Amino acid sequence: MAESAGHATCSRTVSILGTRVMRVEDPKFLTTGGVYVDDLRDPRLDGAGHVTYVRSVMAHARVTVDVAAASGVPGVLAVVTAADFADLPPPPPPLGFIPPALARPWLANGVVRYVGEPIAAIVTESRYAGEDVAELVSVDYEPLTAVVDPRDAAGDATLLFADHGSNTALAFEAGSLDGLFDDCEVVVTQQITNQRVAPVPLEVRGTACVWEGSGDDARLTFWASTQSPHGARDQIAAALELPPERVHFIAPDVGGGFGAKFGVSIEDLVLAVLSRRLGRPMRWTETRTENMLGMGHGRAQLQTVTIGGTRDGRITAYSLDVLQDSGAYPHFGAVLPFMTQLMATGTYDIARVAVRTKSVVTNTAPVVAYRGAGRPEATAAIERAVDLFAAEIGLDPAEVRRRNLFAKDAFRLTTQVGAAYDSGDYAGALDAVLAAAKYDELRAEQRRRRDSGDPMLLGIGVSNYVEITAGPEAGTEFARINVKPDGSVIVYTGTSPHGQGHATSFAMLAADELGVPLDRITVLHGDTDLVARGGGTGGSRSLQLGGAAVHQGALETVDRARELAGDLFEAAAGDIVLDKARGGFHVAGSPDDVRGWAEVATSADADAGLIVDTDFSATGATFPFGAHVAVVEVDAETGYVRLVSMTTVDDAGPVINPVVVEGQRHGGIAQGVAQALFEEVRYDEDGNPQSTNLTDYAFPSAAELPDFTLVDMATPSPLNPLGVKGIGEAGTIGATPAVQNAVVDAVAHLGVRHIEMPTTPERVWRAIQEASK
Amino acid sequence: MIPAPFDYVRADSADAALAALREHGDDAKLLAGGQSLLPLMKLRLATPGVVVDVSRAADLAYVREDGDVLAIGALTRHCDIVSAEVVTAHAPLLAHAASGVGDRQVRHRGTIGGSVAHADPSADLPTALLALDASYVVRGPAGERTITATEFATGFLETVLAPDELLIEIRVPKATGEAWGYQKFTRRAIDWATVAVAVQARGGGTAISLGNMGSTVLRAASAEAALAGGASAADAAQHADDGTEPAADVTASADYRRHLARVLTKRALAAAGRS
Ligand SMILES: Cc1cc2nc3c(=O)[nH]c(=O)nc-3n(C[C@H](O)[C@H](O)[C@H](O)COP(=O)(O)OP(=O)(O)OC[C@H]3O[C@@H](n4cnc5c(N)ncnc54)[C@H](O)[C@@H]3O)c2cc1C
Repeated sequence: MAESAGHATCSRTVSILGTRVMRVEDPKFLTTGGVYVDDLRDPRLDGAGHVTYVRSVMAHARVTVDVAAASGVPGVLAVVTAADFADLPPPPPPLGFIPPALARPWLANGVVRYVGEPIAAIVTESRYAGEDVAELVSVDYEPLTAVVDPRDAAGDATLLFADHGSNTALAFEAGSLDGLFDDCEVVVTQQITNQRVAPVPLEVRGTACVWEGSGDDARLTFWASTQSPHGARDQIAAALELPPERVHFIAPDVGGGFGAKFGVSIEDLVLAVLSRRLGRPMRWTETRTENMLGMGHGRAQLQTVTIGGTRDGRITAYSLDVLQDSGAYPHFGAVLPFMTQLMATGTYDIARVAVRTKSVVTNTAPVVAYRGAGRPEATAAIERAVDLFAAEIGLDPAEVRRRNLFAKDAFRLTTQVGAAYDSGDYAGALDAVLAAAKYDELRAEQRRRRDSGDPMLLGIGVSNYVEITAGPEAGTEFARINVKPDGSVIVYTGTSPHGQGHATSFAMLAADELGVPLDRITVLHGDTDLVARGGGTGGSRSLQLGGAAVHQGALETVDRARELAGDLFEAAAGDIVLDKARGGFHVAGSPDDVRGWAEVATSADADAGLIVDTDFSATGATFPFGAHVAVVEVDAETGYVRLVSMTTVDDAGPVINPVVVEGQRHGGIAQGVAQALFEEVRYDEDGNPQSTNLTDYAFPSAAELPDFTLVDMATPSPLNPLGVKGIGEAGTIGATPAVQNAVVDAVAHLGVRHIEMPTTPERVWRAIQEASK
Repeated sequence: MIPAPFDYVRADSADAALAALREHGDDAKLLAGGQSLLPLMKLRLATPGVVVDVSRAADLAYVREDGDVLAIGALTRHCDIVSAEVVTAHAPLLAHAASGVGDRQVRHRGTIGGSVAHADPSADLPTALLALDASYVVRGPAGERTITATEFATGFLETVLAPDELLIEIRVPKATGEAWGYQKFTRRAIDWATVAVAVQARGGGTAISLGNMGSTVLRAASAEAALAGGASAADAAQHADDGTEPAADVTASADYRRHLARVLTKRALAAAGRS
């Protein structure tokens, strides 16, 4: 905190908000390191049993399991299968509207539905022994037809869940298809694969738990790597049929989640049951291969876009058809097409829009939320569609965008598909990014290379995006401000950062209103006994809800403190002034006699100090937006794509801390680029995963990425007092289509109109071959 | 991701390693840099009963001149090959190929002997060594034998090495002042080659070798013959994939690999001054 303290004390008269405060959490992460679940050395975990899962090696089969050989091995505490969970109903699905017939069992119950599905759990004294014993569990597989392609699943020829009677889990729709394109001069349609990708948090999943007390007093303490401690607590309590207060959930440091760690997974839940049955603490940490097989994947949509309009570039009709691959057991992924539908029109004012979505189950790993979660898919679809439309009418894609954007003075507005956009300046974002990227010069350079026959082709890709954060419903979040008797402050938040920098940003918000220096403020989160309630961190909700709650709590704390100070001064609260520069209160007009925060807090309660709890409720979701320009070089001989530059406007309202926001943008952009150029989770036709490690799964590193040029723009939201929107996912959403469009643009003059993601060298090379036939 | 149980023996010299191999026979595996063996063991694709750790065998870590030949101890790390002046002077192709192996950590652990013995057809050093006409000195119970790079690998991860034999030295005929070219095609910096092509000129002739174009590293014999017969580099490169049977995998199809072999050969020849 040393770096930031100076900032705080010297700038009391001006706001600390918007300044480049270095992240207070970084020294720990960069030196001694965080304490992740696997690092926990809580004495209550001494003697823990170690859990190892036996996982299916087939995508779809009837299984018979024989654990006899494994059970007898010395050091083995238990080997359990579905039969051992017969007395417990399956845990409720992660979201209410998933049909109960599609609920997943504790462990595979007679049928396996994806490679990697847990079939048996082994508990051993030593962690090392687990995998040896796992080899002794004999699983007899009687193969069933593997349904891998979601189009096959939609045909219902082979059902994954006979009781459900169909492979369709959910369907959503908006708008009418009747005569949608009737008056269009130009109509273009394209099938697009928004491929399945893996979230790949650096910290894999990990769990530890212990029961204390007995009978109805027994209470479970559960540590897991999650983004949502309170949600996870409730999920565990529901699965065990316990009241939530009997579960104490703690998220220690969490090494990335990207949406996939919202809540806890079945492998986590099983530990709570095993621990209770065996009367021992339990631990589990998965391997990278297990993470790639079983944590869940993102995206996985097959889309058909149809776009129509006039020859002079006005888009008048758009339809999006989505076939969502939900994987074997519907999870968040099955619901995300709703978000895709809600954001289908993007930044464009299109008269007629229709969306049809269907989520089907397949014999692959479940599809979960992943950075952007439904919105990147919407943006990728419309942004590709706009480029296809522009190519068809022979207009510059940036110009076509400009002609169709919602006007700056149109806000607040509700789109054809029902999204209530709060604020925006889409043309402003487009103009700013084109200017910063020197778009006209890039086009001239592209022409020069094409004319001279240079085999290094230049591609320029543009995207406009708008997304929804802290939605779809209006959210709420909790904060507690506790001014301790020594004048230091603890901020409790119901959000749960796992890399986002709340310890810095939220402390800045409190410091700004309280006049307490940053190094006297600590932000606490992640422990359900310390924090009364909370929604966790996901969907880019934290600052606008959790930050707004801290801000509101700090204001309420100041009000309460003025009353307390009034008592001390024997003056009316209304006459008490907070002098933020000196961190204390005085009577208006008598600035010499100052009572500091310590004295005021002590007067509230000599032990606990001053405590204020608050909940901030938003009236609606917010809609960050921006525009990206990607520049790529394509080697026409090999198809190799080099990303040359990324220039982006990512407008999420006023910036509390540019250092934190730039970090979110950088990571987001990198992840968006990764989908466009590198990453793809692949299964073969029998459902065997082809990308279970970071050699086969092409996860990029800094070596593959250029420096990013970030352009500032801040359009406030009217929906919270800070005017802020979410920035966690924005970069990802804008970057993917900009890069994909750039790759297609590089070879467009050869007649190429579309290349699927990831735009691998071979795919680009093939597209060139096809076009030149 | 946790290896099956194994015993561990440390052998700090060539003799100690040979003794350990004699004692444990087929059940033993040598551990050099561990950069290929350990990943296989973690996936339980390799389950040796005994691991004989030769990583500290100082008598096998050296680079020295021996007349017209560079003699390189099998335990020499990739990073030391990158920086050794005798290598950059007399076999710059090898130094360059070593500089692109994996990442820094891999180059600081992995050894040239391990790379050769592992016989992955996409590995950089064996590809370069094949173009350099290297030979490999192997020691076993019956004494020493020398095997040419062409004869060494017999299949995917398979060589003529017997389980009780140790690769002790890599011998590279000096190519001082000769032109060379190396083209490694990857999607990411860390990746193994999708296809690699090494070109080494020597006394008027040109050797071309291919990485990842079959189950072993290969010489592009037709292209070499075309060049020797007076064909242009561009025409010769069109024969680079003749007779090859490249694999199809998540990275590339066989067709694309063939195409890459032709393009990369043209480029490697150009880098070596052949047009
Ligand atoms: C992330 C990563 C990226 C990589 N990228 C590349 C790359 O781009 N290009 C590339 O070429 N390689 C790459 N490698 C592999 C690397 O070059 C290895 O170092 C090399 O393949 C094996 O050398 P080693 O010393 O680590 O051998 P080890 O793994 O210790 O052994 C490999 C095999 O050789 C045997 N062996 C070792 N030494 C001897 C000996 N003296 N005599 C007989 N048998 C022996 C072992 O028993 C074992 O079977 C990569 C590795 C990793 C982990």
